Amino acid sequence: MTPPPPSLLRVACAAGFSGDRTDAASPLVDTLIAAGGPAVLIFETLAERTLALAQLARRADGATGYEPLLDELLRPVLARCLASGIRIVSNFGAANPLGAARRILALARELGLRPPRVAVVEGDDLSGPDQRALLGGADTGLKLVSANAYLGAEAIADALRDAADIVVCGRVADPSLTLGPALAHFGWARDDWDRLARATMAGHLLECGAQVSGGYYADPGYKDVPGLARLGYPLAEIDADGHCTITKPAGSGGRIDAHTVKEQLLYEVHDPQAYLTPDVTADISTAQVTELGPDRVRLTGVRGHPRPATLKVNLCHETGWLAEGEISYAGARAEARARLAADVLRERLQGLGPLRADLIGVASVWGDDAGRWLAAQPLGDARDVRLRVALAHPERASAQRLVHEVTALYTCGPAGGGGVRTALRPRLGTVSCSVPRAQVPAWHHIVEDTQP
Amino acid sequence: MNPTVPLYRAAHGRTGDKGDRSNISVIAWHPLLWPLLVEQVTEAAVARQFAHRRPTRVMRHLLPTLHAMNFVLDGVLDGGVNDSLNLDSHGKALSFLLLDLPIQVPATLAVHLISPTTT
Repeated sequence: MTPPPPSLLRVACAAGFSGDRTDAASPLVDTLIAAGGPAVLIFETLAERTLALAQLARRADGATGYEPLLDELLRPVLARCLASGIRIVSNFGAANPLGAARRILALARELGLRPPRVAVVEGDDLSGPDQRALLGGADTGLKLVSANAYLGAEAIADALRDAADIVVCGRVADPSLTLGPALAHFGWARDDWDRLARATMAGHLLECGAQVSGGYYADPGYKDVPGLARLGYPLAEIDADGHCTITKPAGSGGRIDAHTVKEQLLYEVHDPQAYLTPDVTADISTAQVTELGPDRVRLTGVRGHPRPATLKVNLCHETGWLAEGEISYAGARAEARARLAADVLRERLQGLGPLRADLIGVASVWGDDAGRWLAAQPLGDARDVRLRVALAHPERASAQRLVHEVTALYTCGPAGGGGVRTALRPRLGTVSCSVPRAQVPAWHHIVEDTQP
Repeated sequence: MNPTVPLYRAAHGRTGDKGDRSNISVIAWHPLLWPLLVEQVTEAAVARQFAHRRPTRVMRHLLPTLHAMNFVLDGVLDGGVNDSLNLDSHGKALSFLLLDLPIQVPATLAVHLISPTTT
C-alpha cells in the first residue's frame, strides 16, 4: 500500500530584512491557522552587513548580537504559533543564535506560555581562531569583524525533524529558510535537484518579504498598488514536487500578479541557469508564472542541477570612516550656489582623497563617485537643491574634517545655505571566499530552558 | 521611422546588487512587445546608457518563457555597497536609468504600451 501524498506545506515570510515592518506576522499567522495543515513562519533578517553589525554589538555586550527587534517580531504571534503547531524558522540569531534562543525562552515565560523547543543551528561562524585557517588567507591584513559561511537547509531540516518549535540560525542562505522546512516535510532525497531547486525558488520569492506582494513595485499611474501602507506579506503553498503558489492574507494591501512575481524572481539573480545556493544550483531559464486568481500566482518550470562543491563565506572588516555632510539652497540661482559650495569644499579638503558631491534635486544617485555624471549636467536653474558630499578615510580625524568644513559653510559658504546635517560613522567592508563544504559542518542543538 | 518611447512604456524592472555587480531585470508588459525588447535593448545599448558608470562588462540573459531579460553589469557600483560613496550604494535607483532608454515601437504594437492611468 502506498502512503497518501503529503499535504501542502505553507511557508509564510514576515520579514525580508533587519529593519522591515514588525507587524506583518499576525495576519500571516491568522491565514495559516485558517488554512490548517503544516505551516512554517519565517523571518529573514540578515543582509550582508547586518551580521557584522551584530558581531560589533556582541563585542560591546555579550548578551546581544542577535536581531534587535526579536521581541517585536515574535511577541504578537508566539502564543498562536505554539498553540497551532506553526513552526518558526529564522536567521534572527545573527551573531548570537544562542542568545536569541535564550531570549525566546524568556519571552515565552513572560507570556505565560509552555516552554518552546528551541533549536540553534551552528557552524556558520568562522571567525574563531580555529576556523580562520579555513579562510585560505582571505582575512590576511584585515581588521576582521566577522566571517560566516552561508549554510544550507540540511541542519534546519534536521532541527525540525528533531521536533523543534523554533529554529534559530545565524548565517544561512536566505532560500534555505524555506527549503529546510520543505525537506523536513516532504522527505526529498538530498540529490533530488529539481524539487530542491523549486522549493529554493519559492524561498527566493519569499525571502524579501513584501517585495513579491507589491512592495518595492509601485510607480503611480504605471504600476499601481492598492494599500501600500498595509501590505500583506507573502506565503507560499508548496506541493510535493516543490512547485509553489504565492499568495497573501485576504483583505491585506498589496498586489501579487505575474509582474510582481517576475520582478522578484529575477531579483539579485545573475545567470538564470545557475542561481547558486548551498543546497542546489537552480535554473529558472524555463520558469513560468501563471495567474491563478486575484493575488494568487503559481511558479512552475524551475529545474535543478547539483549543488556547488564549496560554500560561500563572507568576511566583514573595518575599513575606516565615512563622513557625509549636506546643506540646502533655495530660490534664485540655488543650483549655482550649491555648485559653488561643492567647489569650496573640494578646495578645502584637497589631499584627503576623492570627494563625492551630489546635487540632490538635480543629479545624485545615478551619478558616479568620480563625478563624471554631475560634470556632464549643464548648469541649470533648479530652485531647491541640497548639496551632499561624502568621503571615506582610514583615519577618523581626517574624515572629521569634512564634517567641520560643511558646518563652516554656514558663515563661509555661498549665500543662503541652511539645514546642515552631518554624519561620521565607521565603515565595514566585505570580501568573499569559498571553502570546501566538508570543512564547514553544520549542526543543531536544542537549548534547554535553565530558568525555573 | 517608428515613434520613440521610453522603455518604461514597454517594460518594467528591478535592480539587485551583489558586491560591485548590479543586475537589472527588464520584463515586457505584453508578450508581443518582447521581440522588440530583444532587438533593441541590447548589451551595447545598455552599456551606452550606463557609460558614465564605466561597466567592465554588460551581459544579457534572456528568459523567453517569462518575456523577460536580465542584465548583469559588472563594475558599475563604485566598489559596491561597502565602498561606494553614493547615497544609493546598492544602486537601487539604476533600474529607472535603464527604463529611460528610448525604444522605437511600430504603430501596430503601440496598443500594448502602457500609459499613465488617469484615475
